[in-house]
Amino acid sequence: MKRRFEVIISLKEGLLDPQGKAVEGSLPTLGWDNVEHVRVGKHVEMTVEADSEEAARAQVEEIATRVLSNPVIEVFHIITAEELPA
Amino acid sequence: MTKVGVITFPGSNDDRDALHAVELLGGEPVSLWHADADLHGVDAVILPGGFSYGDYLRTGALARFAPALASVRDFAERGGPVLGICNGFQILCESGLLPGALIRNRSLRFICCWVDIRVESTDALITQDLRAGDVLRIPVKHGEGQWVASEDEVKRVEDEGLVAFRYCGPDGSIDDEHNVNGSVGNIAGLRNARGNVAGLMPHPEHAVDADLGPTGGKPLLAALIAHALESVG
Repeated sequence: MKRRFEVIISLKEGLLDPQGKAVEGSLPTLGWDNVEHVRVGKHVEMTVEADSEEAARAQVEEIATRVLSNPVIEVFHIITAEELPA
Repeated sequence: MTKVGVITFPGSNDDRDALHAVELLGGEPVSLWHADADLHGVDAVILPGGFSYGDYLRTGALARFAPALASVRDFAERGGPVLGICNGFQILCESGLLPGALIRNRSLRFICCWVDIRVESTDALITQDLRAGDVLRIPVKHGEGQWVASEDEVKRVEDEGLVAFRYCGPDGSIDDEHNVNGSVGNIAGLRNARGNVAGLMPHPEHAVDADLGPTGGKPLLAALIAHALESVG
């Protein structure tokens, strides 16, 4: 069975996010002066073929831990997973 | 003659300069390829600057899975000297061979300028002929050179004396004004506990020829060449 996963990777809280700051800084010039705490992260999608949802999820977790994120600066969470038609 | 290997990744762009610098300083330059796990018997390895694998995902993140990097890891564990410059430093941090990580500069701008760095630890193979407090003039050119780590990790790095270089003023003063990229503690470069692995954002290979400018990189690369053969255990 194939499943579609989405992984969100964001910078750890407390770590300066220069991209978020830049976006945040630009908003008031466009008239939005009520926005704060803008953080920019990454969104990764992938399709995994595995026997069970647990197995697929475990694999996505390992990929997210070892490749997609750097635990020194980032956290991730996985948004499951839509079963794809065979 | 000391054989110094320089690994070229897709996207490396300072590999030729590193090879040239090694030759200029009396070493034997050996060009290595990222996909080749064979280090061809070199006595030291340089991970050069550039944008390995396009720096996609994170700087240095994908390069650490290259076959050559697995061999570099074994080589480093045996005490082999490894020097990561700029992107090479980012690769060493991503690989866990050095602590912390390098993120976008505080200014959000790519910086390209001469900086002064102060030697902090002389227990690195590349700094052993220098004195703590020596100031070296070396260029930087990077967009993602802000070194960060968790508070505990920063404390460990400081307590264990793993800081090899800090950004400083021409007189060696450490202040925020000379912290070109906003790194924690002005950290410009690190060493591992054993001292055989070191990494820094500034480019010693661009500062070895007096005809072209300051030569702050010379003592570091000269030490790599001079002491590489003592290092492998």
